[in-house]
Amino acid sequence: MDLGTQQHVLDTVQRHGAENIIVLLGAPDPAGAEMFALTLTEGDPTYAGPLAGVSLGLRVYHILESEVRQLVDPAVYADQVGIMALALDSDAIIAMMQHMRDGQA
Amino acid sequence: MELDGSKVIAIGERDGIQGPAIAECAESAGADVVLLVTQCFV
Repeated sequence: MDLGTQQHVLDTVQRHGAENIIVLLGAPDPAGAEMFALTLTEGDPTYAGPLAGVSLGLRVYHILESEVRQLVDPAVYADQVGIMALALDSDAIIAMMQHMRDGQA
Repeated sequence: MELDGSKVIAIGERDGIQGPAIAECAESAGADVVLLVTQCFV
């Protein structure tokens, strides 16, 4: 996650409270999703940005996960995500996200 | 997990699903999008 975005996330969490925030990702592959999830829960694993050593513990989901999809208006989801859901390796991304959350339980 | 009434940070990626698309989905579920970004690693 780039350094500017890390600062924006930190500012947003300080403004609204981590317990009130859900993060939705759109990463195109499992490795990218893992890096985002790590940064948003345990802190920046590269120790380069404002979230280095900052464990926000945010709830992080990917937009492709069924937990998210079932809450979204089906027409909006089909319009905004549908084609990419077919193009990306959804199963691998979803498995990574579930693995990340299970690891924190 | 409940989106209705929640505050959402949408972090999209240019080569995946972009931030505005995630935000549209979240808002359709009743969420309040408080931060929207699209990352680009090229």
